[in-house]
Amino acid sequence: MSAQTETAVKVQPAEPLFSKKNRKLLVDPLDSNNPITVQVLGICSALAVTVQMKPALVMALGVTFVASFSSLFISLLRNTIPVRVRIIVQLAVVASWVVIVDQFLKAYVYDVSKQLSVFVGLIITNCIIMGRLEAFALGNKPWPSFLDGVGNGLGYGLILILVSFFRELLGSGSVFGIKILGTDSLTGLPYQGNGLMMLPAGACIVIGLLIWAQRARNGYYEDH
Amino acid sequence: MNFLHQLLEKQRPLFAKGGKLERFYYVFEALETFLFTPPTTTPARGVQIRDAIDLKRMMMTVVIALLPCLFYGMWNVGHQHFLAIGQTATFAEKFLLGFKLVLPIILVAYASGGLVEVIFAIMRKHPINEGFLVTGMLIPLVMPVTIPLWQVALATVFAVLVAKEVFGGTGMNILNVALTARAFLYFAYPTDISGSVWTYLGQEAKTVDGYSGATALAIIAETSANLKSNFTHGAAVEALNKVAWAPGLFSFENLFFGAIPGSIGETSTLMCLIGAAILIITGVGSWKIILSVFAGAYLTGLLLNAFPLNAYMDLPAHYHLVIGGLAFGAVYMATDPVSAAHTETGKWIYGFLIGFFTIVIRVFNPAYPEGIMLAILLMNVFAPLIDYYVVQANKNRRLSRATV
Repeated sequence: MSAQTETAVKVQPAEPLFSKKNRKLLVDPLDSNNPITVQVLGICSALAVTVQMKPALVMALGVTFVASFSSLFISLLRNTIPVRVRIIVQLAVVASWVVIVDQFLKAYVYDVSKQLSVFVGLIITNCIIMGRLEAFALGNKPWPSFLDGVGNGLGYGLILILVSFFRELLGSGSVFGIKILGTDSLTGLPYQGNGLMMLPAGACIVIGLLIWAQRARNGYYEDH
Repeated sequence: MNFLHQLLEKQRPLFAKGGKLERFYYVFEALETFLFTPPTTTPARGVQIRDAIDLKRMMMTVVIALLPCLFYGMWNVGHQHFLAIGQTATFAEKFLLGFKLVLPIILVAYASGGLVEVIFAIMRKHPINEGFLVTGMLIPLVMPVTIPLWQVALATVFAVLVAKEVFGGTGMNILNVALTARAFLYFAYPTDISGSVWTYLGQEAKTVDGYSGATALAIIAETSANLKSNFTHGAAVEALNKVAWAPGLFSFENLFFGAIPGSIGETSTLMCLIGAAILIITGVGSWKIILSVFAGAYLTGLLLNAFPLNAYMDLPAHYHLVIGGLAFGAVYMATDPVSAAHTETGKWIYGFLIGFFTIVIRVFNPAYPEGIMLAILLMNVFAPLIDYYVVQANKNRRLSRATV
């Protein structure tokens, strides 16, 4: 009996690390399933930290780090977490990684850490991370979950960098803190900073225009 | 005329389907219908209601209603200039100076906004809409005369793009387009649209003794901030009457007639009322909205008068109706048929809340001297919600009457 069953079980070939399915997990959130422009999650921090490019880049890296490792650990724990307390367990795991990021920033890039202020701590409540844990990591194996976290972190980061590029360029005429436009800058072109881009409302408009451009490119149909 | 029409008609095959310039058909169509009656009109059969008024005529009516404000504004620009530098000038001199300064702003607004309209009409293959005729006139009238022309162009392009075309073009906008242009400048380049920018001083920066370019709103706000709670009754009016460099500039009559510093077209309450009369008689603007904005502002002013905690709250309520852009906003901006409430009851609520918020922003927010712009934009956003509840209330009323 047992011998028969053993012969019946086919040995499945191991899935390659970057199979087509896994690559999709990594690439999809960059464009067609972007957490900010398609799912419209994580908007609050996208409006708050995108005045300049440097904090936006640090924030993007921080979120990618937290998202990927939280996904990995929740996926490892997924069979032992009781369903009724899963949110609190997720919060504990995310919070641990956020504390690591926060301490790291304070130790090595203190000025950026000051600029980001509460928003590093608020990564804990970032809807993208919680959303991926709930929707993906709880039901998938560690490696795909890790890739999914990396992909979503990068998708979030991509939009953050784009938005902060336009806001810093139009708002203060510089890129990564280097003056590009205006008097005593690299080009010396006359330029007057646009105050609207320094306000969160400016980020809202830039994100809206990005969504418009993306939908015009990819095609968009409202589901009814 | 006939010759011109024939000349235009001869070009039609060029733009028709299969023609060389097919892409630009709607540019041709816009030009032709702007000059002549459209070749296709609703035929005299079927059950449609036919009316001589169309979008184009409606928009032109608003432009005509704006002319009193425009001409008065041109004169006032010159008047303020000569008043500030302490020279006397004739009526014609004042008007011509104003004309020379205001015309470029109007042309830039029409050209930049019109360009965006044409590009989108070609891209989306729809006729060019006439909605911009009014917007292009409203934008210059709510700008200070000293505004740099590139800012006018940028604000117009931004407003037409983000407030209108994004939502689908004429008739689909949520916000008033002209006020979006002003709000854009207000937040993007605040130094060019607030403070003492309202009077054109010209090359010779020699002004009369004690000159300040402040508006009535700024003077009252400053007085109120200086005196705090230990003010005497009537301190705000006293401060207005005390303006030394031009005696009587901020008397109540002068505030009403509008020979005061301010944006080009909004200073004169009288001219706004003449425009309101044109809009109401032709049925283009809603008298309910205009009346309820004034009523809302006046009643809020009275309410604040009852509990005066500072000099601004003590300002007599009727002053609120003639200072700042309240009248202009109420007559030309709040009545925008697209962004206002559509239900008749909704119009009363919408207008009243605009008046209310205008006074609240003026009196209680030190960062914004004038509140009508933000009040109208805010209520634009809430107009669909007001309509929804008015319609729901009507449904419920009728349901409760039903006996089935």
